[in-house]
Amino acid sequence: MIQSNVQLDVKGLACPMPIVKTKKAMNDVAEGQVLEVQATDSGSVADLAAWSKKSGHQYIGSREQNGVYFHYIRKCSESNERAEQTFERTATNEEALASSAIILDVREAAEFAFGHIPKAKSIPLGELEARLDELNKHEAIYVICRTGTRSDMAAQQLAQAGFTNVFNVLPGMSGYDGELQKDM
Amino acid sequence: MTVTAWTASQVARRVIDNEPLFILDVRNDDAFADWKIEGHAFDYLNVPYFDLLDGVEVILPQIPTDKDVLVVCAKEGSSIMVADMLSEAGLDVSYLAGGMKSWSMHIEPLKVGDLAGGGELYQFVRLGKGCLSYMMISDGEAAIIDAVRFTDVFIEFAKQKGVDIKYVFDTHLHADHISGGRHIANETGATYYLPPKDAQDVVFQYAPLEDGLTVQVGNAQLAVGALYSPGHTIGSTSFIVDGRYLLTGDILFIDSIGRPDLAGLAEDWVGDLRETLYTRYRTLADDLIVLPAHFMMIDELNEDGTVSKRLRELFASNHGLNVDDEETFRKMVTDNLPPQPNAYEQIRHVNMGKLTPNDDEQTDMEIGPNRCAVR
Repeated sequence: MIQSNVQLDVKGLACPMPIVKTKKAMNDVAEGQVLEVQATDSGSVADLAAWSKKSGHQYIGSREQNGVYFHYIRKCSESNERAEQTFERTATNEEALASSAIILDVREAAEFAFGHIPKAKSIPLGELEARLDELNKHEAIYVICRTGTRSDMAAQQLAQAGFTNVFNVLPGMSGYDGELQKDM
Repeated sequence: MTVTAWTASQVARRVIDNEPLFILDVRNDDAFADWKIEGHAFDYLNVPYFDLLDGVEVILPQIPTDKDVLVVCAKEGSSIMVADMLSEAGLDVSYLAGGMKSWSMHIEPLKVGDLAGGGELYQFVRLGKGCLSYMMISDGEAAIIDAVRFTDVFIEFAKQKGVDIKYVFDTHLHADHISGGRHIANETGATYYLPPKDAQDVVFQYAPLEDGLTVQVGNAQLAVGALYSPGHTIGSTSFIVDGRYLLTGDILFIDSIGRPDLAGLAEDWVGDLRETLYTRYRTLADDLIVLPAHFMMIDELNEDGTVSKRLRELFASNHGLNVDDEETFRKMVTDNLPPQPNAYEQIRHVNMGKLTPNDDEQTDMEIGPNRCAVR
Protein backbone atom coordinates (compact mmCIF):
# COMPACT_ATOMS: atom_id res chain seq x y z
CA MET A 1 0.00 0.00 0.00
CA ILE A 2 1.52 3.26 -1.14
CA GLN A 3 0.46 6.39 0.69
CA SER A 4 -1.49 9.03 -1.21
CA ASN A 5 -3.63 12.04 -0.32
CA VAL A 6 -6.55 11.52 -2.66
CA GLN A 7 -7.78 8.33 -4.37
CA LEU A 8 -9.72 8.10 -7.63
CA ASP A 9 -11.40 4.91 -8.82
CA VAL A 10 -11.83 4.68 -12.61
CA LYS A 11 -11.81 0.91 -12.81
CA GLY A 12 -13.92 -0.45 -15.67
CA LEU A 13 -13.86 2.85 -17.57
CA ALA A 14 -12.43 3.00 -21.08
CA CYS A 15 -10.45 5.76 -22.70
CA PRO A 16 -10.93 8.77 -22.55
CA MET A 17 -12.72 8.61 -19.17
CA PRO A 18 -9.68 7.78 -16.98
CA ILE A 19 -7.99 10.99 -18.10
CA VAL A 20 -11.16 13.08 -18.07
CA LYS A 21 -11.86 12.04 -14.47
CA THR A 22 -8.23 12.44 -13.39
CA LYS A 23 -8.14 15.96 -14.75
CA LYS A 24 -11.31 16.82 -12.84
CA ALA A 25 -10.11 15.15 -9.63
CA MET A 26 -6.84 17.06 -9.81
CA ASN A 27 -8.77 20.31 -9.24
CA ASP A 28 -9.51 19.19 -5.69
CA VAL A 29 -5.98 18.01 -4.89
CA ALA A 30 -3.83 20.47 -2.98
CA GLU A 31 -0.55 21.67 -4.42
CA GLY A 32 2.21 19.13 -3.79
CA GLN A 33 -0.16 16.35 -2.77
CA VAL A 34 -0.40 12.94 -4.40
CA LEU A 35 -3.37 11.54 -6.30
CA GLU A 36 -3.73 7.79 -6.68
CA VAL A 37 -5.67 6.67 -9.78
CA GLN A 38 -6.94 3.10 -9.96
CA ALA A 39 -7.62 2.04 -13.55
CA THR A 40 -8.15 -1.15 -15.51
CA ASP A 41 -7.66 0.34 -19.00
CA SER A 42 -4.11 -0.61 -20.06
CA GLY A 43 -3.99 2.51 -22.24
CA SER A 44 -4.04 4.56 -19.04
CA VAL A 45 -0.38 3.77 -18.42
CA ALA A 46 1.01 5.70 -21.37
CA ASP A 47 -1.76 8.31 -21.42
CA LEU A 48 -1.62 9.35 -17.75
CA ALA A 49 2.16 9.69 -17.91
CA ALA A 50 1.94 11.81 -21.08
CA TRP A 51 -0.95 13.90 -19.77
CA SER A 52 0.89 14.56 -16.49
CA LYS A 53 3.98 15.71 -18.30
CA LYS A 54 2.01 18.03 -20.58
CA SER A 55 0.00 19.54 -17.74
CA GLY A 56 3.06 20.07 -15.56
CA HIS A 57 2.22 17.53 -12.88
CA GLN A 58 4.76 15.03 -11.65
CA TYR A 59 3.99 11.46 -12.74
CA ILE A 60 5.59 9.41 -9.99
CA GLY A 61 4.91 5.95 -11.37
CA SER A 62 2.48 3.10 -11.61
CA ARG A 63 2.28 -0.50 -10.54
CA GLU A 64 -0.06 -3.25 -11.62
CA GLN A 65 -1.77 -5.66 -9.27
CA ASN A 66 -4.33 -8.27 -10.39
CA GLY A 67 -5.21 -6.35 -13.51
CA VAL A 68 -5.56 -2.99 -11.76
CA TYR A 69 -3.10 -0.19 -12.48
CA PHE A 70 -2.30 2.10 -9.54
CA HIS A 71 -0.97 5.43 -10.80
CA TYR A 72 0.59 8.11 -8.60
CA ILE A 73 0.61 11.74 -9.69
CA ARG A 74 1.80 14.72 -7.65
CA LYS A 75 0.10 18.02 -8.30
CA CYS A 76 2.53 20.71 -9.35
CA SER A 77 2.24 24.19 -10.70
CA GLU A 78 5.08 26.02 -12.32
CA SER A 79 5.19 28.89 -9.82
CA ASN A 80 5.86 26.48 -7.01
CA GLU A 81 8.61 24.61 -8.82
CA ARG A 82 10.40 27.83 -9.60
CA ALA A 83 10.40 29.12 -6.04
CA GLU A 84 13.75 30.53 -5.03
CA GLN A 85 16.06 28.57 -2.84
CA THR A 86 17.33 30.69 0.02
CA PHE A 87 18.93 28.33 2.51
CA GLU A 88 22.62 29.19 2.44
CA ARG A 89 24.31 25.96 3.39
CA THR A 90 24.11 23.68 0.35
CA ALA A 91 25.86 20.47 -0.63
CA THR A 92 26.12 18.60 -3.90
CA ASN A 93 24.56 15.16 -4.41
CA GLU A 94 28.10 13.71 -4.37
CA GLU A 95 28.97 15.35 -1.06
CA ALA A 96 25.81 14.03 0.53
CA LEU A 97 26.42 10.50 -0.76
CA ALA A 98 30.09 10.50 0.36
CA SER A 99 29.19 11.58 3.88
CA SER A 100 28.27 9.10 6.58
CA ALA A 101 25.67 11.55 7.88
CA ILE A 102 21.93 11.03 7.52
CA ILE A 103 20.21 11.84 4.20
CA LEU A 104 16.72 13.11 4.92
CA ASP A 105 14.34 12.67 1.96
CA VAL A 106 11.43 15.12 2.33
CA ARG A 107 9.51 14.09 -0.80
CA GLU A 108 6.03 12.54 -0.53
CA ALA A 109 5.82 8.91 0.60
CA ALA A 110 4.79 7.73 -2.87
CA GLU A 111 7.78 9.42 -4.50
CA PHE A 112 10.03 7.78 -1.90
CA ALA A 113 8.43 4.38 -2.50
CA PHE A 114 9.06 4.55 -6.26
CA GLY A 115 12.79 5.07 -5.78
CA HIS A 116 15.11 6.53 -3.18
CA ILE A 117 18.78 6.51 -2.16
CA PRO A 118 19.12 3.24 -0.22
CA LYS A 119 20.32 4.81 3.04
CA ALA A 120 17.90 7.77 2.98
CA LYS A 121 15.30 8.36 5.71
CA SER A 122 11.82 9.47 4.65
CA ILE A 123 9.94 12.30 6.35
CA PRO A 124 7.64 14.15 3.89
CA LEU A 125 7.89 17.93 4.20
CA GLY A 126 4.34 18.19 5.52
CA GLU A 127 5.10 15.86 8.43
CA LEU A 128 8.48 17.29 9.35
CA GLU A 129 7.35 19.63 12.12
CA ALA A 130 5.56 16.83 13.95
CA ARG A 131 8.43 14.39 13.61
CA LEU A 132 11.43 16.50 14.64
CA ASP A 133 12.09 14.21 17.58
CA GLU A 134 13.21 11.49 15.13
CA LEU A 135 16.25 13.62 14.27
CA ASN A 136 19.35 14.68 16.23
CA LYS A 137 19.81 18.49 16.48
CA HIS A 138 23.59 18.44 16.43
CA GLU A 139 24.40 15.78 13.85
CA ALA A 140 24.88 16.65 10.20
CA ILE A 141 21.70 16.25 8.11
CA TYR A 142 21.63 16.33 4.30
CA VAL A 143 18.12 17.26 3.20
CA ILE A 144 17.09 16.13 -0.25
CA CYS A 145 13.97 16.33 -2.46
CA ARG A 146 13.43 16.18 -6.22
CA THR A 147 14.73 19.59 -7.32
CA GLY A 148 15.92 21.36 -4.15
CA THR A 149 12.82 23.45 -3.44
CA ARG A 150 11.11 21.39 -0.78
CA SER A 151 14.45 20.50 0.80
CA ASP A 152 15.20 24.23 1.00
CA MET A 153 12.00 24.79 2.98
CA ALA A 154 12.72 21.77 5.16
CA ALA A 155 16.27 22.97 5.87
CA GLN A 156 14.89 26.35 6.95
CA GLN A 157 12.34 24.68 9.21
CA LEU A 158 15.07 22.59 10.80
CA ALA A 159 17.35 25.60 11.33
CA GLN A 160 14.55 27.55 12.98
CA ALA A 161 13.91 24.58 15.26
CA GLY A 162 17.52 24.76 16.46
CA PHE A 163 19.23 22.24 14.18
CA THR A 164 22.81 23.44 13.67
CA ASN A 165 24.36 21.26 10.97
CA VAL A 166 21.89 21.14 8.08
CA PHE A 167 22.62 21.13 4.30
CA ASN A 168 20.27 21.50 1.35
CA VAL A 169 21.33 18.96 -1.28
CA LEU A 170 21.40 20.24 -4.88
CA PRO A 171 20.31 19.38 -7.49
CA GLY A 172 18.53 16.60 -5.58
CA MET A 173 16.95 13.36 -6.80
CA SER A 174 16.38 14.78 -10.30
CA GLY A 175 20.16 14.68 -10.73
CA TYR A 176 20.74 11.31 -9.04
CA ASP A 177 21.55 8.34 -11.25
CA GLY A 178 22.90 5.93 -8.66
CA GLU A 179 21.27 2.86 -7.16
CA LEU A 180 17.57 3.30 -6.36
CA GLN A 181 15.73 1.33 -3.74
CA LYS A 182 12.01 0.78 -4.24
CA ASP A 183 9.55 0.01 -1.45
CA MET A 184 6.50 -1.56 -3.13
CA MET B 1 -23.18 19.22 -37.38
CA THR B 2 -23.08 15.49 -37.89
CA VAL B 3 -20.68 12.82 -36.70
CA THR B 4 -20.44 9.65 -38.79
CA ALA B 5 -18.81 6.34 -37.96
CA TRP B 6 -16.50 4.96 -40.64
CA THR B 7 -15.51 1.32 -40.85
CA ALA B 8 -11.93 0.20 -41.44
CA SER B 9 -13.16 -1.09 -44.78
CA GLN B 10 -14.20 2.42 -45.87
CA VAL B 11 -10.79 3.76 -44.91
CA ALA B 12 -9.09 0.88 -46.79
CA ARG B 13 -10.99 1.90 -49.94
CA ARG B 14 -9.55 5.42 -49.62
CA VAL B 15 -6.05 4.01 -49.32
CA ILE B 16 -6.40 1.72 -52.32
CA ASP B 17 -8.15 4.30 -54.51
CA ASN B 18 -5.61 6.97 -53.59
CA GLU B 19 -8.31 9.35 -52.45
CA PRO B 20 -7.62 12.20 -50.05
CA LEU B 21 -8.49 12.11 -46.36
CA PHE B 22 -7.54 14.29 -43.42
CA ILE B 23 -6.74 12.19 -40.36
CA LEU B 24 -6.86 13.77 -36.92
CA ASP B 25 -5.07 11.18 -34.80
CA VAL B 26 -5.73 11.81 -31.11
CA ARG B 27 -3.44 9.14 -29.69
CA ASN B 28 -0.18 9.83 -27.84
CA ASP B 29 2.64 11.40 -29.86
CA ASP B 30 4.83 8.31 -29.64
CA ALA B 31 2.02 5.91 -30.59
CA PHE B 32 1.39 8.06 -33.69
CA ALA B 33 5.09 8.28 -34.55
CA ASP B 34 5.37 4.50 -34.27
CA TRP B 35 2.34 3.51 -36.32
CA LYS B 36 -0.48 5.25 -38.19
CA ILE B 37 -2.93 4.77 -41.06
CA GLU B 38 -0.84 5.27 -44.18
CA GLY B 39 -2.34 6.62 -47.39
CA HIS B 40 -0.77 8.27 -50.44
CA ALA B 41 -3.16 11.18 -50.45
CA PHE B 42 -3.68 11.46 -46.68
CA ASP B 43 -2.87 14.47 -44.53
CA TYR B 44 -2.36 14.19 -40.80
CA LEU B 45 -2.63 16.13 -37.59
CA ASN B 46 -1.63 14.45 -34.33
CA VAL B 47 -2.92 16.05 -31.14
CA PRO B 48 -3.46 13.76 -28.12
CA TYR B 49 -7.07 13.80 -26.92
CA PHE B 50 -6.00 14.87 -23.46
CA ASP B 51 -4.73 18.15 -24.89
CA LEU B 52 -8.24 18.86 -26.13
CA LEU B 53 -10.21 18.32 -22.92
CA ASP B 54 -10.70 22.06 -22.49
CA GLY B 55 -11.86 22.52 -26.07
CA VAL B 56 -10.95 22.03 -29.71
CA GLU B 57 -10.75 25.75 -30.59
CA VAL B 58 -6.95 25.63 -30.65
CA ILE B 59 -6.88 23.15 -33.54
CA LEU B 60 -9.82 24.47 -35.58
CA PRO B 61 -7.61 26.58 -37.89
CA GLN B 62 -5.60 23.46 -38.78
CA ILE B 63 -8.62 21.41 -39.86
CA PRO B 64 -9.52 21.68 -43.54
CA THR B 65 -13.10 22.25 -44.65
CA ASP B 66 -12.61 20.96 -48.20
CA LYS B 67 -11.70 17.38 -47.23
CA ASP B 68 -13.26 14.54 -45.29
CA VAL B 69 -11.98 14.59 -41.72
CA LEU B 70 -11.54 11.31 -39.83
CA VAL B 71 -10.76 11.29 -36.11
CA VAL B 72 -8.76 8.24 -35.02
CA CYS B 73 -7.67 6.87 -31.65
CA ALA B 74 -6.62 3.52 -30.18
CA LYS B 75 -10.03 1.96 -29.62
CA GLU B 76 -12.60 4.66 -30.53
CA GLY B 77 -13.71 6.25 -27.23
CA SER B 78 -11.46 9.30 -27.42
CA SER B 79 -12.08 9.83 -31.12
CA ILE B 80 -15.85 9.94 -30.49
CA MET B 81 -15.32 12.53 -27.76
CA VAL B 82 -13.18 14.72 -30.02
CA ALA B 83 -15.48 14.21 -33.02
CA ASP B 84 -18.44 15.34 -30.91
CA MET B 85 -16.54 18.45 -29.85
CA LEU B 86 -15.64 19.27 -33.46
CA SER B 87 -19.23 18.70 -34.45
CA GLU B 88 -20.41 21.18 -31.80
CA ALA B 89 -17.90 23.62 -33.22
CA GLY B 90 -19.71 23.36 -36.56
CA LEU B 91 -17.71 20.77 -38.48
CA ASP B 92 -18.83 17.62 -40.28
CA VAL B 93 -16.47 14.89 -39.14
CA SER B 94 -16.20 11.12 -38.89
CA TYR B 95 -14.45 8.76 -36.53
CA LEU B 96 -12.97 5.32 -37.12
CA ALA B 97 -15.21 2.71 -35.49
CA GLY B 98 -13.05 0.41 -33.38
CA GLY B 99 -10.03 2.70 -33.74
CA MET B 100 -6.56 1.47 -34.63
CA LYS B 101 -7.52 -1.89 -33.19
CA SER B 102 -10.01 -2.45 -36.00
CA TRP B 103 -7.56 -0.98 -38.53
CA SER B 104 -4.98 -3.54 -37.46
CA MET B 105 -7.53 -6.32 -38.01
CA HIS B 106 -8.98 -5.26 -41.34
CA ILE B 107 -8.27 -7.42 -44.37
CA GLU B 108 -9.01 -6.61 -48.02
CA PRO B 109 -9.10 -9.60 -50.44
CA LEU B 110 -7.84 -8.53 -53.87
CA LYS B 111 -7.52 -10.61 -57.00
CA VAL B 112 -3.95 -10.94 -58.26
CA GLY B 113 -4.70 -12.86 -61.41
CA ASP B 114 -6.15 -15.88 -63.18
CA LEU B 115 -4.54 -19.30 -63.02
CA ALA B 116 -4.32 -22.03 -65.61
CA GLY B 117 -7.54 -23.96 -66.12
CA GLY B 118 -9.85 -21.29 -64.74
CA GLY B 119 -8.33 -20.84 -61.29
CA GLU B 120 -7.82 -17.56 -59.44
CA LEU B 121 -5.17 -16.21 -57.08
CA TYR B 122 -6.15 -13.78 -54.32
CA GLN B 123 -3.99 -11.63 -52.11
CA PHE B 124 -5.43 -10.76 -48.69
CA VAL B 125 -4.04 -7.36 -47.83
CA ARG B 126 -3.96 -6.48 -44.14
CA LEU B 127 -3.26 -2.78 -44.64
CA GLY B 128 -2.84 -1.83 -40.99
CA LYS B 129 -0.21 -4.43 -40.29
CA GLY B 130 1.41 -4.91 -43.69
CA CYS B 131 0.59 -8.63 -43.78
CA LEU B 132 -0.17 -10.40 -47.07
CA SER B 133 -1.86 -13.80 -47.19
CA TYR B 134 -2.78 -15.80 -50.27
CA MET B 135 -5.55 -18.09 -51.46
CA MET B 136 -5.53 -19.92 -54.74
CA ILE B 137 -8.73 -21.52 -55.91
CA SER B 138 -9.32 -23.92 -58.72
CA ASP B 139 -12.07 -26.30 -59.63
CA GLY B 140 -13.75 -26.33 -56.22
CA GLU B 141 -10.55 -26.53 -54.17
CA ALA B 142 -8.40 -23.98 -52.38
CA ALA B 143 -4.95 -23.65 -50.84
CA ILE B 144 -3.98 -20.90 -48.41
CA ILE B 145 -0.50 -19.54 -47.73
CA ASP B 146 0.54 -17.47 -44.72
CA ALA B 147 -2.94 -16.91 -43.29
CA VAL B 148 -3.21 -14.32 -40.52
CA ARG B 149 -5.16 -15.10 -37.37
CA PHE B 150 -8.61 -13.96 -38.56
CA THR B 151 -9.60 -17.39 -39.76
CA ASP B 152 -13.22 -16.41 -40.48
CA VAL B 153 -12.12 -14.13 -43.31
CA PHE B 154 -10.55 -17.03 -45.20
CA ILE B 155 -13.20 -19.61 -44.38
CA GLU B 156 -16.01 -17.21 -45.36
CA PHE B 157 -14.24 -16.26 -48.57
CA ALA B 158 -13.83 -19.92 -49.52
CA LYS B 159 -17.55 -20.47 -48.82
CA GLN B 160 -18.52 -17.53 -51.02
CA LYS B 161 -16.41 -18.94 -53.81
CA GLY B 162 -17.82 -22.41 -53.26
CA VAL B 163 -14.44 -24.07 -52.72
CA ASP B 164 -13.08 -26.52 -50.13
CA ILE B 165 -9.85 -25.59 -48.39
CA LYS B 166 -7.52 -28.54 -48.96
CA TYR B 167 -4.09 -27.22 -48.02
CA VAL B 168 -2.87 -24.57 -45.62
CA PHE B 169 0.80 -23.54 -45.65
CA ASP B 170 3.01 -21.28 -43.58
CA THR B 171 6.21 -20.34 -45.39
CA HIS B 172 7.93 -20.12 -42.00
CA LEU B 173 7.25 -19.79 -38.29
CA HIS B 174 6.10 -16.17 -38.12
CA ALA B 175 7.43 -13.79 -35.47
CA ASP B 176 5.56 -10.59 -36.24
CA HIS B 177 1.96 -11.79 -36.42
CA ILE B 178 -0.08 -14.71 -35.19
CA SER B 179 -0.72 -17.38 -37.81
CA GLY B 180 -4.23 -18.59 -38.54
CA GLY B 181 -2.89 -21.56 -40.49
CA ARG B 182 -3.38 -24.51 -38.19
CA HIS B 183 -6.73 -23.19 -36.90
CA ILE B 184 -8.10 -22.99 -40.43
CA ALA B 185 -6.83 -26.53 -41.02
CA ASN B 186 -8.50 -27.72 -37.81
CA GLU B 187 -11.82 -26.15 -38.74
CA THR B 188 -11.90 -27.32 -42.34
CA GLY B 189 -10.06 -30.64 -42.25
CA ALA B 190 -7.33 -29.27 -44.51
CA THR B 191 -3.72 -30.40 -44.19
CA TYR B 192 -1.45 -27.89 -42.43
CA TYR B 193 2.12 -27.69 -43.67
CA LEU B 194 5.04 -26.07 -41.87
CA PRO B 195 8.79 -26.31 -42.64
CA PRO B 196 10.18 -28.92 -40.22
CA LYS B 197 13.33 -26.89 -39.53
CA ASP B 198 11.15 -24.08 -38.14
CA ALA B 199 8.91 -26.52 -36.31
CA GLN B 200 11.28 -28.17 -33.87
CA ASP B 201 9.54 -26.65 -30.85
CA VAL B 202 5.92 -26.77 -32.00
CA VAL B 203 3.51 -28.78 -29.89
CA PHE B 204 0.96 -29.76 -32.57
CA GLN B 205 0.83 -32.12 -35.54
CA TYR B 206 1.76 -30.78 -38.95
CA ALA B 207 2.74 -32.06 -42.36
CA PRO B 208 6.36 -31.37 -43.33
CA LEU B 209 6.80 -28.66 -45.95
CA GLU B 210 9.97 -29.76 -47.69
CA ASP B 211 11.97 -28.68 -50.71
CA GLY B 212 10.39 -29.91 -53.91
CA LEU B 213 7.01 -30.77 -52.38
CA THR B 214 4.31 -30.43 -55.02
CA VAL B 215 0.56 -30.41 -54.46
CA GLN B 216 -2.29 -30.17 -56.92
CA VAL B 217 -5.12 -27.76 -56.24
CA GLY B 218 -8.30 -28.56 -58.12
CA ASN B 219 -7.53 -28.64 -61.78
CA ALA B 220 -4.59 -30.93 -62.44
CA GLN B 221 -2.75 -28.18 -64.27
CA LEU B 222 -2.34 -26.04 -61.18
CA ALA B 223 0.79 -27.08 -59.32
CA VAL B 224 2.15 -25.55 -56.15
CA GLY B 225 5.84 -26.26 -55.72
CA ALA B 226 7.94 -25.62 -52.62
CA LEU B 227 11.43 -24.17 -52.83
CA TYR B 228 13.65 -24.29 -49.76
CA SER B 229 14.91 -20.74 -49.27
CA PRO B 230 16.36 -20.20 -45.77
CA GLY B 231 17.60 -16.90 -44.37
CA HIS B 232 14.77 -15.14 -42.57
CA THR B 233 14.36 -18.35 -40.61
CA ILE B 234 16.26 -21.58 -41.09
CA GLY B 235 13.16 -23.30 -42.49
CA SER B 236 11.85 -20.50 -44.75
CA THR B 237 10.32 -21.93 -47.91
CA SER B 238 9.07 -20.18 -51.06
CA PHE B 239 6.36 -21.35 -53.43
CA ILE B 240 6.04 -21.33 -57.17
CA VAL B 241 2.38 -21.29 -58.17
CA ASP B 242 1.25 -22.20 -61.64
CA GLY B 243 4.75 -21.57 -63.01
CA ARG B 244 3.98 -17.84 -62.91
CA TYR B 245 4.05 -16.64 -59.33
CA LEU B 246 6.84 -16.72 -56.74
CA LEU B 247 5.55 -16.47 -53.18
CA THR B 248 8.61 -15.41 -51.22
CA GLY B 249 7.29 -15.37 -47.65
CA ASP B 250 9.54 -13.11 -45.56
CA ILE B 251 12.69 -13.68 -47.61
CA LEU B 252 12.22 -11.09 -50.33
CA PHE B 253 9.94 -8.06 -50.32
CA ILE B 254 9.26 -5.43 -52.97
CA ASP B 255 11.64 -2.81 -51.61
CA SER B 256 13.61 -4.73 -48.98
CA ILE B 257 14.76 -8.19 -47.91
CA GLY B 258 14.03 -10.39 -44.89
CA ARG B 259 15.86 -9.84 -41.64
CA PRO B 260 17.71 -12.86 -40.28
CA ASP B 261 17.59 -12.12 -36.55
CA LEU B 262 14.06 -12.78 -35.28
CA ALA B 263 14.37 -16.46 -34.49
CA GLY B 264 18.07 -16.89 -34.00
CA LEU B 265 21.34 -15.09 -34.46
CA ALA B 266 21.64 -12.89 -37.52
CA GLU B 267 25.26 -14.00 -37.86
CA ASP B 268 24.24 -17.63 -38.25
CA TRP B 269 21.70 -17.13 -41.01
CA VAL B 270 23.12 -14.30 -43.03
CA GLY B 271 24.96 -16.83 -45.20
CA ASP B 272 21.72 -18.70 -45.93
CA LEU B 273 19.98 -15.43 -46.76
CA ARG B 274 22.70 -14.50 -49.21
CA GLU B 275 22.68 -17.97 -50.79
CA THR B 276 18.90 -17.83 -51.27
CA LEU B 277 18.79 -14.31 -52.73
CA TYR B 278 21.99 -14.36 -54.77
CA THR B 279 22.16 -17.98 -55.94
CA ARG B 280 18.87 -19.89 -55.61
CA TYR B 281 16.56 -17.10 -56.77
CA ARG B 282 18.93 -16.28 -59.65
CA THR B 283 18.28 -19.67 -61.20
CA LEU B 284 14.53 -18.95 -61.44
CA ALA B 285 12.76 -17.50 -64.44
CA ASP B 286 12.98 -13.73 -64.03
CA ASP B 287 9.48 -13.08 -65.30
CA LEU B 288 7.98 -14.73 -62.20
CA ILE B 289 5.68 -12.38 -60.35
CA VAL B 290 6.93 -11.94 -56.80
CA LEU B 291 4.26 -12.03 -54.09
CA PRO B 292 5.74 -11.41 -50.62
CA ALA B 293 4.16 -12.03 -47.20
CA HIS B 294 4.56 -8.39 -46.18
CA PHE B 295 4.85 -4.85 -47.34
CA MET B 296 6.51 -2.14 -45.30
CA MET B 297 5.30 1.07 -46.91
CA ILE B 298 2.17 2.16 -48.69
CA ASP B 299 4.42 3.07 -51.66
CA GLU B 300 4.77 -0.65 -52.37
CA LEU B 301 1.09 -0.96 -53.31
CA ASN B 302 0.24 -1.21 -57.00
CA GLU B 303 -2.52 0.92 -58.49
CA ASP B 304 -5.13 -1.71 -57.70
CA GLY B 305 -3.93 -2.11 -54.10
CA THR B 306 -2.12 -5.40 -54.63
CA VAL B 307 1.55 -5.88 -53.79
CA SER B 308 3.57 -7.61 -56.52
CA LYS B 309 6.39 -7.10 -59.00
CA ARG B 310 8.29 -9.14 -61.57
CA LEU B 311 11.40 -10.82 -60.21
CA ARG B 312 13.43 -9.13 -62.92
CA GLU B 313 12.36 -5.71 -61.71
CA LEU B 314 13.42 -6.59 -58.18
CA PHE B 315 16.81 -7.79 -59.42
CA ALA B 316 17.18 -4.37 -61.00
CA SER B 317 15.86 -2.12 -58.26
CA ASN B 318 15.72 -3.83 -54.87
CA HIS B 319 18.77 -2.60 -52.98
CA GLY B 320 19.02 -5.84 -50.96
CA LEU B 321 19.56 -7.80 -54.19
CA ASN B 322 22.28 -5.49 -55.41
CA VAL B 323 25.02 -5.62 -52.81
CA ASP B 324 27.89 -7.29 -54.64
CA ASP B 325 30.32 -7.44 -51.77
CA GLU B 326 29.51 -10.26 -49.37
CA GLU B 327 31.00 -8.50 -46.36
CA THR B 328 28.98 -5.34 -47.05
CA PHE B 329 25.86 -7.48 -47.31
CA ARG B 330 26.69 -9.23 -44.05
CA LYS B 331 27.09 -5.88 -42.30
CA MET B 332 23.87 -4.53 -43.80
CA VAL B 333 21.70 -7.34 -42.45
CA THR B 334 23.38 -7.70 -39.07
CA ASP B 335 24.44 -4.20 -38.01
CA ASN B 336 21.65 -1.82 -38.86
CA LEU B 337 18.55 -3.81 -38.04
CA PRO B 338 15.35 -1.94 -37.27
CA PRO B 339 13.75 -2.37 -33.82
CA GLN B 340 12.32 -5.84 -33.33
CA PRO B 341 8.54 -6.22 -33.73
CA ASN B 342 6.32 -5.86 -30.71
CA ALA B 343 6.22 -9.02 -28.56
CA TYR B 344 7.94 -11.11 -31.26
CA GLU B 345 9.16 -13.75 -28.81
CA GLN B 346 5.65 -14.23 -27.43
CA ILE B 347 4.21 -14.35 -30.95
CA ARG B 348 6.65 -17.10 -31.89
CA HIS B 349 5.52 -19.09 -28.86
CA VAL B 350 1.88 -18.63 -29.84
CA ASN B 351 2.69 -19.91 -33.32
CA MET B 352 4.43 -22.92 -31.76
CA GLY B 353 1.24 -23.68 -29.86
CA LYS B 354 2.94 -23.08 -26.50
CA LEU B 355 0.91 -19.99 -25.59
CA THR B 356 -2.84 -19.56 -26.07
CA PRO B 357 -3.66 -15.90 -25.40
CA ASN B 358 -7.23 -14.60 -25.61
CA ASP B 359 -8.38 -12.22 -28.35
CA ASP B 360 -7.49 -9.03 -26.50
CA GLU B 361 -4.04 -10.33 -25.64
CA GLN B 362 -3.49 -11.32 -29.27
CA THR B 363 -4.52 -7.83 -30.37
CA ASP B 364 -2.04 -6.25 -27.96
CA MET B 365 0.78 -8.53 -29.15
CA GLU B 366 0.19 -7.53 -32.75
CA ILE B 367 -0.07 -3.77 -32.18
CA GLY B 368 2.39 -1.74 -34.19
CA PRO B 369 3.88 -1.72 -37.67
CA ASN B 370 5.54 -4.55 -39.56
CA ARG B 371 9.25 -4.92 -38.94
CA CYS B 372 10.36 -8.04 -40.78
CA ALA B 373 12.59 -6.37 -43.30
CA VAL B 374 15.96 -4.77 -43.65
CA ARG B 375 16.56 -2.17 -46.30
